[in-house]
Amino acid sequence: MAEGQQARKIPAPPGSPETKPFWDGAAEGRLLIKKCTACGELHFYPRSACPFCFSDKTEWVEASGNGTIYTYSVMRRAPIPYAIAYVTLAEGPTMMTNIVDCDLDSIRIGAAVKIVFKPSEGGPPVPMFAPA
Amino acid sequence: MSIRDKAYIVGIYEHPTRLATDKSVPQLHAEVAAGALADAGLTKNDIDGYFCAAGDTPGLGCLSMVDYLGLKLKHMDSTDTGGSSYLLQVGHAAEAIALGKCSVALITLAGRPRSVGQATGTAPREPAVPMPESGFELPYGPATANMYAMCAMRHMHQYGTTSEQLAWVKVAASHHAQYNPHAMLRDVVTVEDVVNSPMIADPLHRLDCCVISDGGGAIIVTSPEVAKSLKRPLVKVRGAGEASKNQAGGKVDLTYSGAVWSGPLAFAEAGVKPADIKYASIYDSFTITVVMQLEDLGFCEKGQGGKFVSDGNLISGTGKLPFNTDGGGLCNNHPSNRGGLTKVLEAVRQLRGEAHPAVQVKNCDLALAHGTGGSLGTRHGSSTVILERE
Repeated sequence: MAEGQQARKIPAPPGSPETKPFWDGAAEGRLLIKKCTACGELHFYPRSACPFCFSDKTEWVEASGNGTIYTYSVMRRAPIPYAIAYVTLAEGPTMMTNIVDCDLDSIRIGAAVKIVFKPSEGGPPVPMFAPA
Repeated sequence: MSIRDKAYIVGIYEHPTRLATDKSVPQLHAEVAAGALADAGLTKNDIDGYFCAAGDTPGLGCLSMVDYLGLKLKHMDSTDTGGSSYLLQVGHAAEAIALGKCSVALITLAGRPRSVGQATGTAPREPAVPMPESGFELPYGPATANMYAMCAMRHMHQYGTTSEQLAWVKVAASHHAQYNPHAMLRDVVTVEDVVNSPMIADPLHRLDCCVISDGGGAIIVTSPEVAKSLKRPLVKVRGAGEASKNQAGGKVDLTYSGAVWSGPLAFAEAGVKPADIKYASIYDSFTITVVMQLEDLGFCEKGQGGKFVSDGNLISGTGKLPFNTDGGGLCNNHPSNRGGLTKVLEAVRQLRGEAHPAVQVKNCDLALAHGTGGSLGTRHGSSTVILERE
């Protein structure tokens, strides 16, 4: 069940001044993504310049934390098996993540998931997803 | 301006080692360079261009290796796109030769991940310096195998591809590897063997994954004038294409690879189409890699790759598209965790008629070598080369 997921040590995410607001938001339990006010597109992972129109007029917006599993894989050959995945957010962008707090054999593409933040080793909490 | 017919591959060499505990990486680079020069009938001092990938050449770009090898150059390029680098460097070498920037180009690859016990596919590789995406990927454990596995999982979901279909890629490779005395895995395997091997990262089994090996290889590319002065069969570069694909700012689509762009560029430059290709070397880091690239290169419809590779269709002598007749990365070798260079080597052997008689494609006058490098599941380089025997 979920024990393995909880026990896997999550490496601290390397941060930078550019992404500090994202991790500050994560510490508050908020998933922040970037929106370009020039072209209107949302993107992930967050950058200062929009990867679509290259405008620097990007701003942080809070995502709902709801999404669906685009794809996943359970890494069996690891000390503690874990599920890596891409989740498509309700707002549009797709992000890499882990699926946690569930039976790893029950994970399916298309399943609805919701955000949960998990502690990292000496860093900010990391956004992951659990069955909705 | 085109590179078509402007450059020839006149020297190739594949290091016979698969476990080089008693050698250094620079030493392996030197040994494969010497082997390719001997094959071409050239000497070190003929080299005036050096092409490598920064990731497997110790030192700053190519500089330490240029020093170690004692090269005097007019042109150099250490672009690193992972395992596809050496395919890309065939194109870059041809470009430099076509422009007269150099006339004898050396491409080398070497590495010893097996000797150092690297968990190539199952442990995340942390970069020395964080990459822009690192914070948004490293915490999730992106090892190599599970990234390709996510592509396979999506392919199965979207197109109905099965584990048994993927297994046929490995089965075909094993049929070829039985004739290669240097191959790490020479036993012929069945679909059942593959799907019953231990699960590594769902849905990829152990036998869906390539080997981890030491070794390396080298290629000599030169001008038509030099090529025609040598005593080797004339294998010319007809076309090349390169591309990179990534997560596209969150518009992630893992159902296709950069071959959808590099392939058409190479075919257009060569003036040929997929149906003209007699032999294909396709980078086989995992079985799914082959299926997706075959689709993206236009050998079959999108989503039909599983069906295309089934029932021995990739086996030389019986299938419609003989592939990786050296056994490829799945059975032969995968030096430095980079499979692009060896793809060129077997394509050249086929065009020369120097492949093992049991796998040699009859009248093989047009071949394709293609690969991706990096990770199919995040961002990768893609390079396609089309070669012709003159």
